Amino acid sequence: MASWKGRDILSIRDFSRGDIEVVLKYARKLAPVAEGQKSSRSLEGKVLATLFFEPSTRTRLSFHSAMIRLGGQVLGFSNVEGTSVQKGETLADTVRMVEGYADAIVLRHPHEGAAVLAAEFTERPVINAGDGAGQHPTQTLQDLYTIWDEKGKIDGQGIALVGDLKYGRTVHSLAYALAQFGVSLTLVSPPGLEMPWEIVDELKRAGTQVATTHRLDDVVATADVLYVTRIQRERFPDPQEYERVAGSYRVDLPLLREAKKDLIVMHPLPRVTEVDPAVDRTAHAKYFRQAFNAVPVRMALLEMVLGVGG
Amino acid sequence: MRELRVTPIKNGTVIDHIPAGMALKVLRILGIEEAVSSTVTVAMHVPSKASGWKDIVKVEDRELSPKEVDKIALIAPRATVNVIRNYNVAEKHVVRLPDRAVGILRCGNPNCITNLREPVETDFSVLEGEPLRVACRYCDRVLEDIAAAIV
Ligand SMILES: Nc1ncnc2c1ncn2[C@@H]1O[C@H](COP(=O)(O)OP(=O)(O)OP(=O)(O)O)[C@@H](O)[C@H]1O
Ligand SMILES: [Mg+2]
Ligand SMILES: [Zn+2]
Repeated sequence: MASWKGRDILSIRDFSRGDIEVVLKYARKLAPVAEGQKSSRSLEGKVLATLFFEPSTRTRLSFHSAMIRLGGQVLGFSNVEGTSVQKGETLADTVRMVEGYADAIVLRHPHEGAAVLAAEFTERPVINAGDGAGQHPTQTLQDLYTIWDEKGKIDGQGIALVGDLKYGRTVHSLAYALAQFGVSLTLVSPPGLEMPWEIVDELKRAGTQVATTHRLDDVVATADVLYVTRIQRERFPDPQEYERVAGSYRVDLPLLREAKKDLIVMHPLPRVTEVDPAVDRTAHAKYFRQAFNAVPVRMALLEMVLGVGG
Repeated sequence: MRELRVTPIKNGTVIDHIPAGMALKVLRILGIEEAVSSTVTVAMHVPSKASGWKDIVKVEDRELSPKEVDKIALIAPRATVNVIRNYNVAEKHVVRLPDRAVGILRCGNPNCITNLREPVETDFSVLEGEPLRVACRYCDRVLEDIAAAIV
């Protein structure tokens, strides 16, 4: 990508491997600012609008933290109650109005394609913070950053994606992005919740080694990264069936006894029962670090699309 | 020998080489279910030298717009559009599958932003020609039933 200034961040699929590497390196430089150890005024005088048509505490707060730590200001809404949206305003109109008040726009919307549409109606950079079951590229970048930061490199890692791989947009986007690096992927899901074949097909065509299994036990001894996601109760008509399945995909201390010393366990959070709290105290647990990594990654993207620093 | 199963028309359009069974969809595209002033003749399940069976639609006193031709291309990729003037084929166009279908398909994803009241036209990119596969440029979804999605 020639220039980042003014660029929309809509889908991880718009990112080449080179683009991803630029963001990761940039984020690392900003990590001390994200931690509060260093201060920065790089975005002083800049205003970020965060438009959340659907609530998402973590994503919104991490964007706010990123902007504020760089000396910028934020405005926006965290749900549509009491806004002009409730009166029936179109997204196209909302965006054109907000363009007058902010230098960049972060959008979370319940409908797929919302960010693509918003970007068509404004010259300001639009960052997609989740559009329905669609894309959430900054989440994927934060996941990639976590692997890279913890492991030193992404290439060559044995990565197991665990849980609901059928409906989980997080794992779909991550899998696409990982296909640009020479990783070996193992897809671990309950029967019926496997990764869609189109995605597996595309990963293989991109040269990624892909193995699939229904058993978590199969991967624990060899994996470098366990990326665990939630299995939703709603996917199972029978509550007992849900309990049985969820139980067999649970990461706990007995399971980890077989693991490599430097295995990292990731989770996009919130977790329910997939990762036993006892795991939190082990060196494997990286999910809270992963949540923190949202901040340096979003800082990097904000500086880049607003055309400061570099 | 010329195949003329119906009375010749003086002026109008003959859409030929429609896949058998698709003629009614072509009529829908042309808005012929609604009020029209011209005569329309449909021949269904006609033997075809090129491909077994075909349908043919003939509309009198009417020429098609480029948008209508694009829509027909989506369901009848080998159709020919023959403009008849004074009983003769004055022009013959083979429809061409566009690489983008703008404003002619409705997205099958009920949760797609284009199914809300937004001031945009739908926009699909053609992924593959035969069989035709198109994906929504907004939500990325591949459209399942293309014929049913034509607006
Ligand atoms: N005056 C007319 N009235 C009604 N139909 C006509 C008239 N002239 C031609 N047609 C029909 O229009 C179509 C195209 O006519 P044309 O003479 O080009 O046939 P063709 O040589 O078989 O063409 P093709 O190679 O495209 O099949 C045929 O289905 C023909 O029956
Ligand atoms: Mg013929
Ligand atoms: Zn769509």
